[in-house]
Amino acid sequence: MADVGRLKNPSLIGPLLNPVMRLRIVIIVAVVALWEIVAVSGWLFRDVVPSWQRIIASLAATLSQGDFYFHLWATVYEIAVGLAVGGTCGLAVGILLGGNRLLSQSFESFLYYLGPTPKIIFFPVMIMWFGIGPGSKMAMGAISCFFPIALSVAAGMREIDRVLIRVGRSFRLSTGQMVTKIYLPAMRAPILNGVRLGLGVALIGTLLAETKLSNRGVGFLIIQSYNTFDMPLMYSLLIVLFALAIGLNSIIGWFAESDRMRR
Amino acid sequence: MSGLSKSLTRSALRPVLIGVGSLILFFIFLEFAVRFGLINQFAVAPPSDIVKAFPRLFAEEHVGDRFLDTAFEAVIASVFVALFGISAGVLLYKVRILRLATETWVAAFAAAPTVLLYPLFLVIFGRNATTIIMMGFVAGLAPVTLKTLEGLSTTRRVLVNVGRSFNLTEWQLFWKILFPSALPTIFVGVRLGLVFALINIVGVEFLINFGGLGALINELSERFDLAGTYAAICFVILVSVMVFMTTERAERWLTSAG
Repeated sequence: MADVGRLKNPSLIGPLLNPVMRLRIVIIVAVVALWEIVAVSGWLFRDVVPSWQRIIASLAATLSQGDFYFHLWATVYEIAVGLAVGGTCGLAVGILLGGNRLLSQSFESFLYYLGPTPKIIFFPVMIMWFGIGPGSKMAMGAISCFFPIALSVAAGMREIDRVLIRVGRSFRLSTGQMVTKIYLPAMRAPILNGVRLGLGVALIGTLLAETKLSNRGVGFLIIQSYNTFDMPLMYSLLIVLFALAIGLNSIIGWFAESDRMRR
Repeated sequence: MSGLSKSLTRSALRPVLIGVGSLILFFIFLEFAVRFGLINQFAVAPPSDIVKAFPRLFAEEHVGDRFLDTAFEAVIASVFVALFGISAGVLLYKVRILRLATETWVAAFAAAPTVLLYPLFLVIFGRNATTIIMMGFVAGLAPVTLKTLEGLSTTRRVLVNVGRSFNLTEWQLFWKILFPSALPTIFVGVRLGLVFALINIVGVEFLINFGGLGALINELSERFDLAGTYAAICFVILVSVMVFMTTERAERWLTSAG
């Protein structure tokens, strides 16, 4: 009886025989096959959809070149500095707004409504302020991630257990001590959530700025491959870029999840 | 009673006055800082020059027509987003195995930096409005699909049971019970989709220097028209805030009505 039950229950059958997994494999195979058919069919202009073989060869060649890692490092560095600056400012503003009702009522709506504006339109201003070098890309990353982090931290501040704040005050903690000993430890989850959101938009802001005006970075390589119509290279760079975005997002997600499990 | 309402009005007005007053003070400080050389006048335009540039934007740069171009692209993209997103959501709701296999993919697609695909779309569609509309469509599709699925899945069981007790057909059950019940959540998705689409549309217009408001900012900055660039950025922010506020009000109205 037990054997029959095991065979009937898909979750107990091997993962590859699971109907959901089988459907996923079918969809992936169908997409790859459709791609190859379009690649060899001649329906689109030549090379607009190159074969997977050429894309994988280009990806391998890209990953084996030292030059690529120079550009990758430039992008990662710009994103990291942008996230650090925008995140620190967002954290400070979020704590201020979340900790003071009047400030929140007076200024938080500005952040709330400015948040969904397309940040790339500030790029000409950033060029005037910080030049055409990496500074303007870092600034784009900082502006992009400032809003989600500030709003997330402000919301997190309001969720802190009042008992914890009263305990801090009863111990006569200074403002700095309140921030480091009470506010930040109590707001780990919203901060990590804000950083997760902020990282995604900082990556977009930095890379879009690189595609617009730059001489280094993965965004620059992508727009160069577009300008030279090297489509296999463009596809391989986009694969690297999406892998980078998913990888960074997963790392912060893992941190957030392990923090949640610990509590 | 009158004293209470007066104090309530005063307490509600105070934050608004502080917010707007601080903004005005900031602009006055900026004006003097630029005029007296504390801030580089080639980096920041004096606010009075920005205000003066607005009539020029309408008279010489035809910002009204540019706005209509962007609005047209946003409307077309939103219609496609609503049509395909809602259909995909309904399909995933109806075919359970498809939902189990692809829901995480759709969620990952919603979080992916799809705007970075714009060079690919340029190659496929060319440097024209189709690329911009498609970029808007791609940005808005996943949120509408996910919210439609959520809305349909969270329909109260009792409503569905009432429908079944009236012997409604599957078609009638969907149109009379499931869809009306899911409509407020679907609208949240459509609103998110519209906002994402608009962000991508203006962004791509700026990046490829084609179309409406985004391209206008790019052109003005390339001409080193500092006051005009700042004025155009302010105009885009105003439009973006107004769209966001209007759709938010509509969402609140629909949610309260539902």
